This record gives sequence, C-alpha cells and structure tokens, in this order.
Amino acid sequence: MNRIFKEFAKGLWTELPPFRVLLGLCPTLAVTTSASNGLGMGCAVIFVLVMSNLIISTIRKIIPPKVRIACFIVITASLVVTVELLMQAYAYPLYQQLGIFVPLIVVNCLILGRAEAFASKNPIHLSIVDALGMGIGFTLSLTFLGGVRELFGSGTLFGQQIMWSAYEPFTFMIKAPGAFVCLGLILAGMNVITAIINRRHENPVPKQQNGGCDSCASCGACKQ
Amino acid sequence: MEYFLLFISAIFINNIVLVQYLGACPFMGTSKSIEVGLGMGGAVIFVMLMATALTWPIQQYVLNPIGLEYLQTIVFILVIASLVQFVEMFLKKAVPPLYQSLGLFLPLITTNCAVLGVAIMVQRNDYSFMTSMAFALASGIGFLIALVIISSIRERLDVAPVPRSMKGTPIALILAGLMSLAFFAFQGMA
Repeated sequence: MNRIFKEFAKGLWTELPPFRVLLGLCPTLAVTTSASNGLGMGCAVIFVLVMSNLIISTIRKIIPPKVRIACFIVITASLVVTVELLMQAYAYPLYQQLGIFVPLIVVNCLILGRAEAFASKNPIHLSIVDALGMGIGFTLSLTFLGGVRELFGSGTLFGQQIMWSAYEPFTFMIKAPGAFVCLGLILAGMNVITAIINRRHENPVPKQQNGGCDSCASCGACKQ
Repeated sequence: MEYFLLFISAIFINNIVLVQYLGACPFMGTSKSIEVGLGMGGAVIFVMLMATALTWPIQQYVLNPIGLEYLQTIVFILVIASLVQFVEMFLKKAVPPLYQSLGLFLPLITTNCAVLGVAIMVQRNDYSFMTSMAFALASGIGFLIALVIISSIRERLDVAPVPRSMKGTPIALILAGLMSLAFFAFQGMA
C-alpha cells in the first residue's frame, strides 16, 4: 500500500511533469493558451498514458527487448488514434483547438519515457498508479500554466471574465514568446520552492532534474 | 516566387520551433554547444525531407483511396521510425564520415515531434508533392537556424552570472522566449 502511494505521489511533486522532468514540452507550450485547452490535453494524455502503461506492463514479459521501443510506439500510436476518433465524435471543438497536437501525443516523450522507465519493469497495478500520478500531475501543470497565461493574456479563466472590465489583455502571454517565458519563470519558481523546503529540512541540495532531453528515460534506449 | 515566399514564411515567419512550438524537447536538450546543435539540425533536415517524401505518396495513393485516413498517425510514426533505423544502418555502412557526425542524433529523431508534425501538416494544408518537399526543407532549415542561434547564446551563458534558481533550463526557456519575440517581428513584415 505504501509503495502504491509513493508511486502515485511522485508524479505530483518530486517528478512532476513537465515542470520537474522536462518531458512533453511541445504540447505544454503549444496548447496552454487557455486553462480549458490545457485540461483537455491533459485528459487525453491521462487516457493514453494509463492505457499504454496497462498494456505494456501486461505484456512486458512477451516483448522482445530488442524491438521494445518499436512495440511501445505501435501501442501508443493505436491509443492515440483511438483518442483522436473519440475526440472527433464527442469533443469536436476541443479537437479543433488542439489541432495537430492531438496526433502528436504519440511522440510525447512522457508516454514513451514512462513505458520504458516504469511499465516495462513493474507489475500492472503499480504501472497504472504510476501512470495516474504522472497523468494527473501533467494535467494539473498544463491547467495551471494555461490558467496563468489565459488570466493575463485575455483576462479570463475557463472562459469566465476575471479581470476588471478595463483590463487591457497582455497579448504577449498567449503568444509563443509568452509560453516560453512563463514556463521558464515557473521552473525557476519551482527551484526556489525546492531550495526553501530543503533548507528547512536541512537536506543536502538534490541534483537538478531539469535536463531537457537528457531527462527523457527513453533516450538511454535510443542511444543503444 | 511562390517557393521563395514559402521558404521565407517557413523559416522566419512561422519558424517551426519558436512560433509553432514543434520540436521543443530537442531544442532544449541538444542546444548546449554549437557542434551538437549543428549535428542535430543537419540530421533533422535530412530525416524531415526523407519522411515527407515517403509519407506524402503513402497518404495520397494508399490511405486516401481506400478510406483509411484515420490511420494516418500510426502509419506515419511507423514509417518514420523504420526510416530512421534504415538511414542509420545505411549511413553506417555506406558513408561512415556522415554517420560519425549525425549518427548519435538519428535515434533521438524518432520522437522529435517536428518530423511527424511536418508530415501531418503538409497533409492538412493539402500541399502538392513539390510544395511539401520545399516546406519540409524550409522547416528543417528553420529548426537548424533556431538551434544554432540558441546554442551559441547558451555557450556564452555558461560563464554569465545567472541567479542560482534560474540556472540551466529556466534561463534557456526565457532566452527562447526572447528569441521567439524577435522572430515574431517578422510577422509584421508579411
């Protein structure tokens, strides 16, 4: 039970994607122009991540190690096609908003990374919990980033007017530069918070985990 | 003239990384030195061209006529993954010097969303084959330019006094934001 909780909780803080482990940057930057877009993207990722972890963990003993990356990609791609069709049927406006980034979930390194680093080595229940934790962490981060950008960029939150009526929207925030700057500031903020917590507990300063592509667990496999 | 405009638009106005956010992971991960940036950029241009040249006929002559458009994602990623593997094997045997400089980056490209993104984008925009190839080449060059610029700035940044919490990725992201702002100015010229 303890282990289950630990695997779940790590996705929410210590390995929170994409702020702690820089995985899946493209959707993070691109779809967070509003909080609801971030939430929608997050939900699609939760679905794909949980299902791919479940399937991969179930058949982890059958997959030949040499072609495992190809297997993971095929499984993820089939799930992404499912999500695409489901979204076209039930959430068409969202599908149009997210545009090209729905099919691109397939190359989101968060999903391949979890498959390689966790699901292919751990039993089914732990893999599902891991996927849920990571997926929920990813969704919350995307919603948060989307919320901040939407609040300042268009003065609304989930489409509701929040700022005073004379507020002049800071359009920079919902454009591409705002995405980069906003994410950079959030990462810096996370570093400050971690430093304060560590000082309070007098822990040694942990190694910074923000490593771009290096922190993607599938890279090790790629480089073989 | 049409191709010229397409080139300018794909390289500067709609730069694939800085304006369309595709390929942000390798953009952040492999931009620590200029040599690495050049290698990655070269490999991306190469694979992007090959991938578009292969996926365009598959979509137009196989998937569309038999009504399997919805399999686009899965077919494209499989084609790209096997293409990358094949190119790696071919270069290793046939052109060892090129393999030396690009080889390390090739496997990373399978999960580079810029390659799959361009392949899907040319389909959504209904480009003809030649336009698609020109678009792929221009997007690759745009990626290379952005990568070389940011890696040369980051080399300087290594010796700059940056606040401790901003070191590494946060400052690189803000840098990318400023670069993106600069590239946004091109939109005013279009």
